[in-house]
Amino acid sequence: MRDKKEPVLETRHLGITFGGLKAVQDFNINIYEGELVGLIGPNGAGKTTVFNMLTGVYLPTEGSVILNGEVLNGKKPYQVVASGVARTFQNIRLFKQMSVIENVKAAITKDTNYNMLDALLRTPRFWRVERELTEKAMDLLAIFKLEGKADQLASNLPYGQQRKLEIARALATNMKLLLLDEPAAGMNPTETAELLECINTIRKRFGISILLIEHDMSLVMNVCERIVVIDYGLTIASGLPEEIAKDPKVIAAYLGE
Amino acid sequence: MKKSITKGYIINIAVIAALMVGFELIKSATGDSQTFKLILVPSLWQCCYLIILAASLNLVLGFLGQLSLGHCGFMAIGAYAAALISLACERAGVFADKSSFSFILVLLGCILAAGILAALIGLLVGIPALRLRGDYLAIITLGFGMIIVNIINNLPFAGQEGLSLGSASASLYKNGLGFGTASKVTFVWVAIIVTLICLTMMFMFIRSKYGRAIKAIRDDEIAAAASGINTSYYKIFTFTYSAFFSGVAGALYACANATLSTSSFAFTNGGILNSTFIVVMVVLGGMGSLTGSVISAIIMFILNYEIKNGIWVKSLTGFLGGMFAYPMLVYAIILIVVIMFRPKGIFGTYELSLVNLIKDIKNYRAKKSKKPDKKEAK
Repeated sequence: MRDKKEPVLETRHLGITFGGLKAVQDFNINIYEGELVGLIGPNGAGKTTVFNMLTGVYLPTEGSVILNGEVLNGKKPYQVVASGVARTFQNIRLFKQMSVIENVKAAITKDTNYNMLDALLRTPRFWRVERELTEKAMDLLAIFKLEGKADQLASNLPYGQQRKLEIARALATNMKLLLLDEPAAGMNPTETAELLECINTIRKRFGISILLIEHDMSLVMNVCERIVVIDYGLTIASGLPEEIAKDPKVIAAYLGE
Repeated sequence: MKKSITKGYIINIAVIAALMVGFELIKSATGDSQTFKLILVPSLWQCCYLIILAASLNLVLGFLGQLSLGHCGFMAIGAYAAALISLACERAGVFADKSSFSFILVLLGCILAAGILAALIGLLVGIPALRLRGDYLAIITLGFGMIIVNIINNLPFAGQEGLSLGSASASLYKNGLGFGTASKVTFVWVAIIVTLICLTMMFMFIRSKYGRAIKAIRDDEIAAAASGINTSYYKIFTFTYSAFFSGVAGALYACANATLSTSSFAFTNGGILNSTFIVVMVVLGGMGSLTGSVISAIIMFILNYEIKNGIWVKSLTGFLGGMFAYPMLVYAIILIVVIMFRPKGIFGTYELSLVNLIKDIKNYRAKKSKKPDKKEAK
């Protein structure tokens, strides 16, 4: 049903080798607009390596990453963000010494339209842009129910809220594709349920595509429309959640033969 | 929101005006005394350039999170640029003596030119140096600082054969920027105004998208890049911006001294203008607090002055007396004590704001009175 549409993200035979180690080989994925795709696999399978290649942290040694027809290979991380791919990290990376709202505002830097002179002379444009910035940041925080903590230091937030703030920060970059690296790691079931709600809200509101790495199977099976499974850098299965759950190769990779 | 901003501007300007009036009152009351002419005014000059220097390093060290040990090099560039331009202007007959109006223009022009030249060199140094991080950046900036000082030293028209020689330094004093006692008193407003403008420019910088971007880079460079911040651009920009103010500080230094010698900017110099000394100032005041840099520059200046000139130092005997014979040892101990008991410096990342001062004090008191309660509850 989605065949007529062009995919938002397309990778063609994506691969990377570190010395003699083939970390990821022949990785092909198509993500369409508004879709939520899960990427799962045992520890060390190369999931985060895929993320790093998609976001420009690693330069793929083979294949290409194409976002809306634009080749992303060889772009620097900040250029990839400008093209429309934002990510969160497996181990939370917030700007710890900055307040919650500043964390979000910092991510809008590239879309903040005033120059040095405006900042030095505090022109009306500066105040207008800053006011819009505050409103936009507060809007984003409100989705994650963080607006009451806007002025707290990011490092003082509880763990679950730090995760949410990281997603809010990624959303602030105005992207088309969001890469979430284990957003539910270390969360209790209540927090995971809240997170699920947030993910659904942002999908509805922004119409973005999401690629999700997760170990929490209940989350993956619940929200993902399609799932790709990799093991030792190779794609071993991809398809609908029900198919994946029954796939003998996947079961073998997770439980051993 | 808009109202509180206007209120803030009015309060700040009022306080600055009050301080200026206070200074004028002191001047009219004690203007003829030796203490005022020979101690207070020269101290004010020194404080002014130290404040600018410490604050400019804080941009790089406290807000950008990169350790630079080369800021004295930029200061040297500023000092020599200002001095040489002023001499050239005198030779070209732009101003006849220091009382003429055109001299003020030349003076301000020299300060600006010094900043711009230092910024240009800062840009050239920053582009390759900021590819490195942490200790490596510290080493390379230290090297650049030394190279700059040595180049100046060997230039035919500056350095050893130029401004530090007797005759040439006399000409700086007579014909250029070097101020004598009387001119220092006359032009002290220049130092104060330039300092205020520089501090304002730095505050405006950190309270804008630029400040947010560089603080993000300080906290987590990978995450900053993943949030769409062009990290190398903002790093080089901040380094250049900071070098500009170091250059301005250098120009003020050239004004406050009748002679210029490259040895006073050298890394091995045991005096107050040592790149490590400025690092101590920034760490003492708080990395990430311009207020802290201002206060600690003043504290360190007074300390330095007291160690060198204080009568009480001479009365110290035994171990203490021995220690105070080596001022650098005292600064090192101060740094160790500060890091042990207040790792974030005196002010941490707190910025003084006159509008919020009363609110901040109330919050602080509330926090203090709360703490013992918590212990009891446990």
